[in-house]
Amino acid sequence: MSPLGTLAARFMMLSLVAVGGVQSILPEVHRVVVEMHQWVTDAEFTQMFVIARAAPGPNMLLVTLVGWHVAGLPGALVATAAVCAPSCALSYFAAGVWQRFRGAPWRRAVEAGLAPITVGLVLATGWLVMGGAPGGWVAYTITGLTTAVVLFTRINPVWLFVLAGGLGLLGLV
Amino acid sequence: MTPPPAADRVTLGELYRGFFTAGARGFGGAMPWARRMLVEERRWLTPREFTDILGLCNFLPGPNIVNVSIVVGARFGGPRGAVVAFVGLLTLPFAVVLALAALYTRYGHMPGIDAVLRGVGAAAGGLVFATGIKMAETLPRTALAAGFLVLAFVAIALLRWPLIPVLFTLAPLSVLAAWPRRP
Repeated sequence: MSPLGTLAARFMMLSLVAVGGVQSILPEVHRVVVEMHQWVTDAEFTQMFVIARAAPGPNMLLVTLVGWHVAGLPGALVATAAVCAPSCALSYFAAGVWQRFRGAPWRRAVEAGLAPITVGLVLATGWLVMGGAPGGWVAYTITGLTTAVVLFTRINPVWLFVLAGGLGLLGLV
Repeated sequence: MTPPPAADRVTLGELYRGFFTAGARGFGGAMPWARRMLVEERRWLTPREFTDILGLCNFLPGPNIVNVSIVVGARFGGPRGAVVAFVGLLTLPFAVVLALAALYTRYGHMPGIDAVLRGVGAAAGGLVFATGIKMAETLPRTALAAGFLVLAFVAIALLRWPLIPVLFTLAPLSVLAAWPRRP
C-alpha cells in the first residue's frame, strides 16, 4: 500500500476511539507513526506536538503535520480528513438521533445528568491550560484578569491574548 | 426553551464565517470561542443548548469542538451545513499549522514561540475558566449538580485521572440521579 493509503487507513481506525480528542490517542498515534512505520523520529514527533499546540484550533493538527511530513500537502489533507471523517460521520448520525428524541423524558434526564459533568470538565480544562504554563504572579494575574474581563465586560478577549503573548515574548511571564 | 429568533435563518455562508472566526481565534483551544460566537455574538444557540450539545460531543470520538461544528452545522444546514461548518472551523488552523511547520523546518527553531505560548496559555486558561463559570450559571441550583461538577473537576484537574474512565463512571451515575421519578 502507498504511504498515503496506509496513513489514511491508520488514522481512520484511530478516529473512532479518540473519545476526548487526540490527547486520548496520543500514545497510540506515537506508536503507529514513530515505532511502527517510522514516518517521523521521536524528536520530530515532539516538535510537531509543540507546533500543533502553537497553532489555533484543536491539537488534532498534530496528525496534519505527520501527513505533511510523509507526503506533503496531499498527505496533510489526507491525514486530516482520515482522522476526522469517521468521528464526524458518527457525530452527524448522533445529532440526527438526538434531534429525533427532542422532548423525550429520557433525553432530558441524560442532558440534566451530563450538564454538570460537562461544566466540571470545562473548568478542569481551564485549570490544565493554565497549569501548562506554570508561571509566577504575572501568569496568575493574566489568568485572573482574563477571567474577570470575559465575565464582567464586553471587551473582546482577543486583545488580552495579544497582550499576554506580548508579555510572554518580552520574557515577563 | 425556544431558540433565539436569529437561529431561524442561518445560511451556509454565515455558518462558514461563524466557525471560521471561532477557529481563527482559537489559540489555546477553540471551544470557548465557539461558545462566544454561537451563544453571545450570533445567538444561534441558547446557553442551555450549547451546554447540552457540548455534553453530547464529549462522548463522541474526535475533538469535541470539531463535533460541535458537525452537530450545529447539521442542525442549521443538514449535511452541507455540517461540512461547511467543519471546513470553516479548520481552514485557518490548517494553514497556520503548515506555515509554522514550514518556518520550523527552514529555520530549525521558532524563536520566542515558547515565551509567547506561556503568556497566551495564561490568558487562555482565564478564558476557559470564565466560559465554565458562564456555563455553570445555566445549571440547576441543586446539591446533586454541584456534587457531580466538583467530582468531575477534582478527578480531571487535581487527581489527573484519565478522561475516559472518569467520563464513563460519572456520567451514568449523574444521569441515573437525574432520571425522572415515577409518581
